[in-house]
Amino acid sequence: MIRDGAVAVLEDIALRYGKVVALDGITLAIPGGCLAGLIGPDGVGKSSLLAIIAGARQIQWGKAYVMGRNMADSKVRSELCPRIAYMPQGLGKNLYPDLTIRENIEFFGRVFGEAQSEREARMDELLAGTGLAPFADRSAKKLSGGMKQKLGLCCSLIHDPDLLILDEPTTGVDPLSRRQFWRLIERIRARRPNLSVLVATAYMEEAERFDWLAAVNAGKIVATGSPTQLERATRACSVEEAFIALLPEHERMVPQTISTPQRSNENAEPVIIAEGLTRRFGDFTAVDHVSFTINKGEIFGFVGSNGCGKTTTMKMLTGLLPSSEGEVRLFGRPLDGRDLDARRRVGYMSQAFSLYSELTVRQNLDLHARLFHLPAQKAKARIAELVETFDLVEYMDNQAQNLPLGIRQRLSLAVAIVHEPDLLILDEPTSGVDPIARDQFWSFLTDLARNRGITIFVSTHFMNEAERCDRVALMDSGRVLATDTPAGLMHARHAGTLEEAFIDYLEDAERARSGAEEPNSDPELRPAEKAAGFVQRPAVSRGMKSRFSLERLVACTVRETLELTRDRVRLGFAILGTTFLMLVFGFGISTDVNGLTFAVLDYDHSHESRSYLEALRGSTYFQEKPPLADYGALEKRLADGEIDAAIEIPPGFGRDIMRGQSTAVAAWVDGARPFIAQTIRGYLQGLHQLYLGDPLMKTSQTATHEPALVQIRFKYNQNFDSIYAMVPAQLAMQLALFPAILMALAVVREKELGSITNLYVTPVTRLEFLLGKQVPYVGLAMINFALMFTMAQLVFRVPLKGSFPTLLLGTLVYVVTTTAYGTLVSTFARTQIAALFGTAILTVLPATMFAGMLVPVSSLTGMAQIMGRFFPMSYYLPISVGTFTKGLGFRDLYMDILVLVAFVPVLTALTMLLLRKQEH
Amino acid sequence: MRKLSNIFWLGTKELRSFLHDVVLLSLVIYSFSLAIIAQAQSSSQEVHNASIAIVDEDQSNLSRSVRHAFLLPYFQMPQLIAESDIVPLMNAGRYTFVIDIPPRFEADILAGRQPEIQLNVDATAMVQAGLGSSYAQQIISNTITAFLSRVDKAPSPPVGLIVRIAFNPNAETGWFTSVMGIINSITMLAIILAGAAIVREREHGTLDHLLVMPLTPFEIAMSKIWANGFIIIAAAGLSLYVVVKGVLHVPVAGSIPLFLLGVAAYLFFATAIGIFLGTVARSMPQLGLLYLLVYLPLAMLSGSNTPLESMPPWLATILQISPTVHFVSFAQAILYRGAGFDVVWPEFLIVAVIGGVFLALGLWRFRSMTAAAAM
Repeated sequence: MIRDGAVAVLEDIALRYGKVVALDGITLAIPGGCLAGLIGPDGVGKSSLLAIIAGARQIQWGKAYVMGRNMADSKVRSELCPRIAYMPQGLGKNLYPDLTIRENIEFFGRVFGEAQSEREARMDELLAGTGLAPFADRSAKKLSGGMKQKLGLCCSLIHDPDLLILDEPTTGVDPLSRRQFWRLIERIRARRPNLSVLVATAYMEEAERFDWLAAVNAGKIVATGSPTQLERATRACSVEEAFIALLPEHERMVPQTISTPQRSNENAEPVIIAEGLTRRFGDFTAVDHVSFTINKGEIFGFVGSNGCGKTTTMKMLTGLLPSSEGEVRLFGRPLDGRDLDARRRVGYMSQAFSLYSELTVRQNLDLHARLFHLPAQKAKARIAELVETFDLVEYMDNQAQNLPLGIRQRLSLAVAIVHEPDLLILDEPTSGVDPIARDQFWSFLTDLARNRGITIFVSTHFMNEAERCDRVALMDSGRVLATDTPAGLMHARHAGTLEEAFIDYLEDAERARSGAEEPNSDPELRPAEKAAGFVQRPAVSRGMKSRFSLERLVACTVRETLELTRDRVRLGFAILGTTFLMLVFGFGISTDVNGLTFAVLDYDHSHESRSYLEALRGSTYFQEKPPLADYGALEKRLADGEIDAAIEIPPGFGRDIMRGQSTAVAAWVDGARPFIAQTIRGYLQGLHQLYLGDPLMKTSQTATHEPALVQIRFKYNQNFDSIYAMVPAQLAMQLALFPAILMALAVVREKELGSITNLYVTPVTRLEFLLGKQVPYVGLAMINFALMFTMAQLVFRVPLKGSFPTLLLGTLVYVVTTTAYGTLVSTFARTQIAALFGTAILTVLPATMFAGMLVPVSSLTGMAQIMGRFFPMSYYLPISVGTFTKGLGFRDLYMDILVLVAFVPVLTALTMLLLRKQEH
Repeated sequence: MRKLSNIFWLGTKELRSFLHDVVLLSLVIYSFSLAIIAQAQSSSQEVHNASIAIVDEDQSNLSRSVRHAFLLPYFQMPQLIAESDIVPLMNAGRYTFVIDIPPRFEADILAGRQPEIQLNVDATAMVQAGLGSSYAQQIISNTITAFLSRVDKAPSPPVGLIVRIAFNPNAETGWFTSVMGIINSITMLAIILAGAAIVREREHGTLDHLLVMPLTPFEIAMSKIWANGFIIIAAAGLSLYVVVKGVLHVPVAGSIPLFLLGVAAYLFFATAIGIFLGTVARSMPQLGLLYLLVYLPLAMLSGSNTPLESMPPWLATILQISPTVHFVSFAQAILYRGAGFDVVWPEFLIVAVIGGVFLALGLWRFRSMTAAAAM
């Protein structure tokens, strides 16, 4: 079924996340060459649908054809992806926050194989077109929401796609930027009439401008058509009303009261007075001289985009954050963060859902009642009342994390007022909640303010919510632009809606700043640019080299290197971590035993007993403590750990020797540390032999000598100093641990932050992605090697006896394998913390147990030996120890190097098998 | 009273959160059970299955007896190699020990000419090389003595030496490594649990939520300390009774309750470190990296792996301020040597005092972090 003019055709598409049905058999043809939209509240499946069309998400059931081709085929996807651009949900989700605007765009340009001249020409064009040109060197994380979305658009358009997929591009963006964003889209479409744009949005009013739209609810398409068609069919006068009318009967709940009932006493006493409130973070002013007054029983709204300072202001009012300047009076007293009594009068609901999601509804309510010290009787009654009011009865024993978002918000509100506060501070309480639940939530708020006299201070970026407040303050870039009743604001600006009034204020503020900061002026293209702007690229350069491209690999390397050099914590850890741990382990793991203590229990006190002890007293290993008086003292001092060994010389020792009767010395050794105990035993036996062989030993017998001498030759390390073995082993261990951890983090970080999407929807192949990312970490590991090698020479004084080129070559191959090992582990991890601990455990365990560091591989048996054989360090340790201490060269070690080389393709191939080119 | 009630109820919430965190829960279970057993059964501190070869240039009865005297579990069956192979095979790490028996060895002994037998040791295999060479020496001497007694030329030595190892007669390293494993797990988990408890609240935004309630940072921090400390003491106690005594059959000499009392004192320090790290780290990955850099030195330099006596003196002196060192020391005293409170109280005191200082530091950090909670 391929329909004419359709850019995408879906047949019976279904998708599940575990037990949750996200898409429930969707069949849809999306028209091409126009602005098509998906509308519906959050969590109904819009994003999943777009991800499937973009090829980012695997198809579970059904068929999807994009531009007439089947998206289930990976070859088709790799051929189509240069023609599709996908901007995922979340501000700047697929961007790299540490990179500048220019670097971000350059990366996408490289990935799509554009020549440098072409890339730069297009980039200049796009930057000028979006008004981002003056900020090209600003890093993406410092951009406002509106600018991030414009940058996202530049990155999407750099390769000149035929289908542009935008997932909620304007959520959380201020109304002025939002308007500019849509104008930009219109201009692009005007120049490229064949461009298909597919948008998902939760703002119903935006949908009015779409050429075609599909209403989505609960994983199903409810209706399709143009906005006017839908409105006519439902006899509604807006898309929002039409949408509600399209919902099934039981889900429909017509907003009862759009406007809030009037307040009775206008001249109530003020609850909050803020005067010149300011907060700076470094040289960034988040809140800039904000002043306002909130009266008792009033619903006061803070309206503005994400990051305009709403949350910071609210945190200052709750005492969470000290202000840099300005004054706040709460309930008529100066604000004091430590004033617990004032806190009892305030209820607070922070931006993210902030209850304990692993507790049930009942446990959450109980806990808060206890923390506010409600008397048991009263607490019970209060909880019962809240459960009744907020309709939570059926959820009492559910864990909060399992509740639908709307119910959770109600629970949050219930918890915030469990102690009957006088003031309620709500920071974006309804973000992410669907329109119907939002409406319900607001009727609760209204009830609290009107009927119980609670003062409510609420922030929002939804204009229709702002309209329900008694008074609102419009905020932008840390400043309050205006404060009044919604009607007052509209009147002052002769605007038909609050949104228009807000935009008007924003434009004023813009003019006042006169373009010093944000590019909120709508840049018009000059005629010459207009002619050239966004022209289609010559078809030649669009033919993508599909299999392997060095250029794309380099793009990944450049990007990873830039990101790494800008992340101070990671970089510091990467460079100093190895040297620090090498110091710790170099000094900390030692098998040398010295400084042993002993005491003597000499019952004989003869010349013979003294001569027996002479050898012991002369030994450098031992140190004598005061003699023991009796057997009791011997036991006690051993138990106290004061001595490691005790020597007991029996009574008549000298006499027996003189008489030629056999006698025996008894030694007691502290066995708490078995290794030391065994070493002491060995030492004592050695000294005993020495005594026996001593010709000066005076006995009645003729001095006997040993029948044979055992000559021990400690090869490679004559003094038997453990540092000569430990330092080269540490080199091997640290170069296994750190490159693997950093590499695993680098891959999983992309999964966690969302930029992994770029692997799914751009022509970058898995191999290019992996190898490209690996290069900087291999370089970093070689820097680590240089540092540790220098430390071995200068700090530990362990000279290199063998061949340096062999060590260098072996190390290079080894760090390639350990970074590859890290990427392999990363394919199993979803979060950075899991990657970190997973890699650490999976590296430290085999490194210490199975790779020959403490126990030679030749002594291992069974599983341990097999694990050792499959761990690269088992082959590097002989190279490191061999070149450092054994004085070996290439001829002795080439086999080990060859085995390490063989690891590389095997590990990489395994990773490629496990890393997916699509989300699933 | 109010404070205590707050601390108690907040702590119950910590316990509930912990029980729902599958990852942390399985980490605790793993590190007090399987990890302990694995460490006890690893033979990293003893001679076990050492590889050995013999160059037999004598081919006599005596040289054959020497060869057959090397037995498992200490040594593998000795392989016969040629003299020219000694260097390449030892370079490749195939054998840790190579015995070279010279020609006419037996004849020389019988003639009383005191021949030399050579024992080559790969001194880069530290643990096995040191202990193993004295074992091998002993084995060779005993074999020769036994041989001579058979041909009736035995000179019985006038003085004998009887070495008895107290508290652990067979010097079994599993006794040592299992308990040291518990000690390292205690340090590890105290830091992770306390640090994660703080970072988790920060990442979920619930810390703000607590701080606007009538609760002080002191109450919040204390609730985390008691709840996480309780989990660790319970797990460590169970592990000692069930895993160490029950599964591994290690006889514990002293009083386990006394040891757990010491653990409680130590936990003030370890959880304080966790809280400190939790306030420094901005996210879980950062906490993990910091944790590695703090935990590994604490554990490696505590005396639970290598005795302090083997470290450079300056380092051993500095380490006296580490509570972990004293913790390891009194744990060994109580659990192996059966020391009572009268013996270990000074170390309890040191641990408690240093722990108190760190706790104050951690609380101070936590307080100042909560004072600047944003960003």
